[in-house]
Amino acid sequence: MSTAWTILVLVVALGISWRFLGSYMEAVYERRVNWLGFIERPIYRICGIDDQLEQGWRRYATSLVVFSGVAMGFTYLILRLQGHLGLNPLHQHGVTPALAFNTSVSFVTNTNWQNYSGETTMSFFSQMIALASQMFISASVGIAVAVGLVRGLKRQHSKTIGNFWVDLTRGILYILIPIAFVASIIFVAQGAVDTLSGSVFIHNPLDGFKQLILLGPIASMEAIKELGTNGGGFFNANGAHPFENPTGLTNILSIYLILLIPVGLTYTFGKMVGSIKQGLALLAAMAIFFFSFMAIGLAAEQHTTAAVAKAGITHSASGNMVGKESRFGASSSVLYNVTSTQTSTGSVNSSMDSYTPIGGLTAMGGMMLGEVTPGGVGSGLYTILLFAIVTVFVGGLMVGRTPEYLGKKIQAREVKLAAIGVLVMPITVLVATGIAVSISQGRAGVLNPGPHGFSEILYAFTSQGNNNGSAFAGLSSNTAFYNVAGAIVMLIGRFGVILPALALGGALAEKGVVAPSLGTFRTDSILFCGLLVGVILIIGGLTFFPALSLGPLAEQLSHGRLF
Amino acid sequence: MLLIPLKRSLIMMVIFAVICGVIYPLAALGLAQGTFKYQANGSITRYGSALIGQNFTGSSWFHGRPDPYNPSSSGGSNLGPNSKALYNKTRALIAFYKSRGITPTQSLVVNSGSGLDPDISVNAAYAQAASVARARGLSTNQVDQLVKSEIVGRQFGFLGSPFVNVLALNVALSKTK
Repeated sequence: MSTAWTILVLVVALGISWRFLGSYMEAVYERRVNWLGFIERPIYRICGIDDQLEQGWRRYATSLVVFSGVAMGFTYLILRLQGHLGLNPLHQHGVTPALAFNTSVSFVTNTNWQNYSGETTMSFFSQMIALASQMFISASVGIAVAVGLVRGLKRQHSKTIGNFWVDLTRGILYILIPIAFVASIIFVAQGAVDTLSGSVFIHNPLDGFKQLILLGPIASMEAIKELGTNGGGFFNANGAHPFENPTGLTNILSIYLILLIPVGLTYTFGKMVGSIKQGLALLAAMAIFFFSFMAIGLAAEQHTTAAVAKAGITHSASGNMVGKESRFGASSSVLYNVTSTQTSTGSVNSSMDSYTPIGGLTAMGGMMLGEVTPGGVGSGLYTILLFAIVTVFVGGLMVGRTPEYLGKKIQAREVKLAAIGVLVMPITVLVATGIAVSISQGRAGVLNPGPHGFSEILYAFTSQGNNNGSAFAGLSSNTAFYNVAGAIVMLIGRFGVILPALALGGALAEKGVVAPSLGTFRTDSILFCGLLVGVILIIGGLTFFPALSLGPLAEQLSHGRLF
Repeated sequence: MLLIPLKRSLIMMVIFAVICGVIYPLAALGLAQGTFKYQANGSITRYGSALIGQNFTGSSWFHGRPDPYNPSSSGGSNLGPNSKALYNKTRALIAFYKSRGITPTQSLVVNSGSGLDPDISVNAAYAQAASVARARGLSTNQVDQLVKSEIVGRQFGFLGSPFVNVLALNVALSKTK
């Protein structure tokens, strides 16, 4: 009952922000709100940017790739040199090269896969300036790509899709910082820590218990971690840590922040292309998947796991509590983790590795569908638009007519680009998983033997290929192999989709709009929504089903056998 | 061709590192320290942090989750649902509680997600009441009442799960004669 209320409150709150934040974001990217112009204009001046000058897709993409490269180098250097940079009360040493490489790629690609424990690896300088600042930047880059693609759909006979530098700057200043700032104060009010002192030593007079409690600038990072669908925790325990996610209120706030922008962007899209219903059709397809996964996950975690049942606790009113916090219980844990895996966030408030097989499957499944349910900030929208192009193509094949999307004729070039964008992730993930299970360096990191061990590896590459960052954390992946292989998979998963999406935006921008006729397949209809759901399910489901049957399905069907 | 974006990227990276990595967190931190000083510094009382669990042992205290309670190494056990190691660990903990005359509920015998869980379920507290009362020479009814007074309900009636904070309960217990 309380879970139903939680979901209801979330849906109402998201509905309100969908309408108003969605509309505000449209105004931000169409440059109709300028209340931070006094900060914005000097930035353009210092960087030598003519903010009135627009870029074609090639120049837009070049700026994005070069900037991301610089961001990686910047992050890498800070992590390597953190021992000499100050703000380091716990005296952390410089991060090793392989780990620094993996981590810098991870944060610049909005993945936030973490092959390290924050509390024993990162200085406050690194947490704030290298990592938390990338949380803003990579999120804004994601929205910029989505907006660039949508401009391509909207414009006619245009050579340009916007200015990358302007979109990047405006996303950070007008959207991410204000919301994150307000949210961080709510986190602190509830108990999240925000200080520059490193630790406090306590000695309990009751029983003499001693403990060194680690502190840090946590709340400000927590807010952008969720809002930017980044997911990288200050601590190893991420959102399960009481200093990151102290109460039921911060738990629902985290879920809300994660969904805020990905959901709102469907309204932004609708408003930009002149029909809110077009955005609603995409949102409906996202919601169908989201709530289906949520329902399956909630049902699965109401039971204790096979190992705990065999040990003697067969029934428990609280469901599966292994790896879950008492203040959340099973249901609020599932709400958080399923939300985070459906949005390329990857933060966790409970141990994904210890979920029931089907509970773990819902998290993995959401990622395998390409992170469009609703996906990460920006990445969810641009990826589902690729699926929408494939959908109208499939629809066009059925009736033997040149497909159109929003009045734009979808021809060979567009279909090829969309197909590349949609297929690059499954191919990368499956090839990387195949390599990892074939070599000893890949198998060495597994914690749990049997099918669950395979799931740990599959989960790791699925998560990195989708720039999610969630983990079956039993896998010991701070090794040369996993650091380098993971970084390559994250790079392909990010830029292998961004580049086709921007190229598609460029190709569409050059086209004119044809007037809808009787034979036009309406893309704001229930039929389109249904077909889109089918296409997403078939591409994601069929490519990953064989792999899933070796992992979570085999485990579920093992009738309680222990490994 | 690439020189201009490279130069712009370098300058912009530095600008945003300062705005997002210095100004934003320090402004939030300053406001947090000004308005919620107790929370922003870890909710520290003279007994410890209200939010970080402690490892109570012995029959005269309420026990928390079987967590390591080491803040320098947070996280769960990550043992899988069909793990033999999880089975062995859980069985040993059930036997331990049974030897004290306690029928443990799940949260007493399985690890949390943080390894620092300060709380246990309400049933897990009641399950220990009789045993703690015996060890302290109190009546079970007295300890039951104590547990009841320490129950933290769902926030706003629907958020999260009801729980008992183990440290708060033990502090209250230490003041009970």
